[in-house]
Amino acid sequence: MTATSGPGFSLMVEGLSLAIMTETPLVIAYVMRAGPSTGIATKSGQYDVMQVRWAAHGNYEIVAYAPWSVQELYDLTIKSFNVSEALRVPVILLSDAALAHIWERVVIADPGEVIIINRKKPKVSKELYRPFEPEEDLVPPMACFGEGYKVLVESLTHDEKGYYKPSNEVQRKLVWRLVNKVRKNKDMLFDSASYFTEDAEYVVVAYGSTARSAYALVKDLRSSGIKIGLYRPKLLWPVDEEGLIKATYTAKKVFVVENNIGVYVNEVSRILKHREVISIPVIDIEVPTPDAIFEVMREWM
Amino acid sequence: MDVRHPLDRYLRTDRLPHIWCPGCGIGIAVSSLLRAIDRRVAEGLFTHDEVAAVSGIGCTARATFYLNFDSAHVIHGRAIPFAIGLKLVRPNLKVIVIGGDGDIAAIGGNHLLHAARRNVDLTVVMVNNMIYGMTGGQVAPTTPPNVYTTTTPSGNYEYAINIVKLLSALNVNYLARASVTHPHILERYLYTALGKEGLAFVEVISPCPEVFGRHIGYRDPVELFKKFKSMIKYEERPSLDKSDITLNLDKEVVIGEFVNSSRESFIKIIDRLGR
Repeated sequence: MTATSGPGFSLMVEGLSLAIMTETPLVIAYVMRAGPSTGIATKSGQYDVMQVRWAAHGNYEIVAYAPWSVQELYDLTIKSFNVSEALRVPVILLSDAALAHIWERVVIADPGEVIIINRKKPKVSKELYRPFEPEEDLVPPMACFGEGYKVLVESLTHDEKGYYKPSNEVQRKLVWRLVNKVRKNKDMLFDSASYFTEDAEYVVVAYGSTARSAYALVKDLRSSGIKIGLYRPKLLWPVDEEGLIKATYTAKKVFVVENNIGVYVNEVSRILKHREVISIPVIDIEVPTPDAIFEVMREWM
Repeated sequence: MDVRHPLDRYLRTDRLPHIWCPGCGIGIAVSSLLRAIDRRVAEGLFTHDEVAAVSGIGCTARATFYLNFDSAHVIHGRAIPFAIGLKLVRPNLKVIVIGGDGDIAAIGGNHLLHAARRNVDLTVVMVNNMIYGMTGGQVAPTTPPNVYTTTTPSGNYEYAINIVKLLSALNVNYLARASVTHPHILERYLYTALGKEGLAFVEVISPCPEVFGRHIGYRDPVELFKKFKSMIKYEERPSLDKSDITLNLDKEVVIGEFVNSSRESFIKIIDRLGR
């Protein structure tokens, strides 16, 4: 595990790319701050949602969670480790400066209560072991250095032995496996929360610290009789498309509230292509207030 | 009859032949390393399974294609940080970093600096051909002044980095320069390096006839090898003042052991202070 914010993450990207290619389990706690460049240290924002998805070159699937509370930071850290170990994929825990600075009550689980998933170990002899030979779930068992398996960790396009093979056949097989091992195991990744969405005419989509304000706003509007709900994806990447469709099923309008120029809204629009999806970008170096969000939303309601 | 070379056990022989050009010195560097490893394994200092090899990008870094150890072929310049991480997690392993001057001294220079400052328990073998070979002969920080390269058509304006002087200012436990033109000395230094705690660094002067030799007027591998051999001067404990490589045709390139000490190593300090 490592922890960083935008400037550090930008420097780490080549290593992230290596971790994707070598299928190294890895958790990155990414605390977003205002950017670009040095921006404002210690101040907040949600600018880097697309960066974590597309930072590395090449094609791949990556996993990112967006917690909204200290409790969820704790819970999703455990989940991030389990996912990265199970799928041998980097997982990004996408927090922000606002969350990093708040104090909240947290329930810490007893050691026996926590479900821990560890990477699969080889089941074949040292002579027969191939470091990138997948099992049915498309994830290869992982031998570690010093165990006698003569592992070859390879950053170049490689076959199941880890041998460099510059061919269409091997490149296609490898890239699709790196993508599909995440896609085919998506059920273990999904995590979201819906509030008052069953009969909602308006659904707000918000994640991370901004979702706290969005939730307060939605509750206020509900109590004044407006049929509005909140869908909060905890998993940002890969997108839980079915979860989003389900949560917005009754909605006439969908608002995507973000503390940036409106970036995740493009994913939402792509998935809900026959709905009216409205971007509500509110840049605030702390957290957008419910009033500030409502001010932008009001003209569309 | 199945005839196998005694060092074949340390090679992924199914990947041979290797990619290195005819006349390249990397093969001599790698075989010297394997002989040194074999002697240490025979002595029981470590086992075959306890050796790990890490490399970045470049001609020399391709060595991990062929080395039959736990090995990693990672990203350009970052072999040393990968190796430090490995050594910290598995301190029982003998971790060897092998790479070229571009990988270790140029893009990886800062990592080398801090590995040396910390005296991390690694054996670092830097094969110095004074050029970026794999990418077609661009100037490197190790390229001597005035030399024509594909990116210095008027000759190299820059002074070369003297990696021996640089590392001697830090806390390495072993610092030697060898040359593939003198493989018995090279093997001895690698053997000594493998026995050291802390950072052991061996610079290996190596001819690249295909790219570097062509630029300096020695396109023929044998001629370049002879030229290098004639310039090499062996001294047991040379002074640092003699460590510059100028490649003036009348000037020597001194090989020898520049530093051999036994400062407390990184892992030993961690053991003493506690994890």
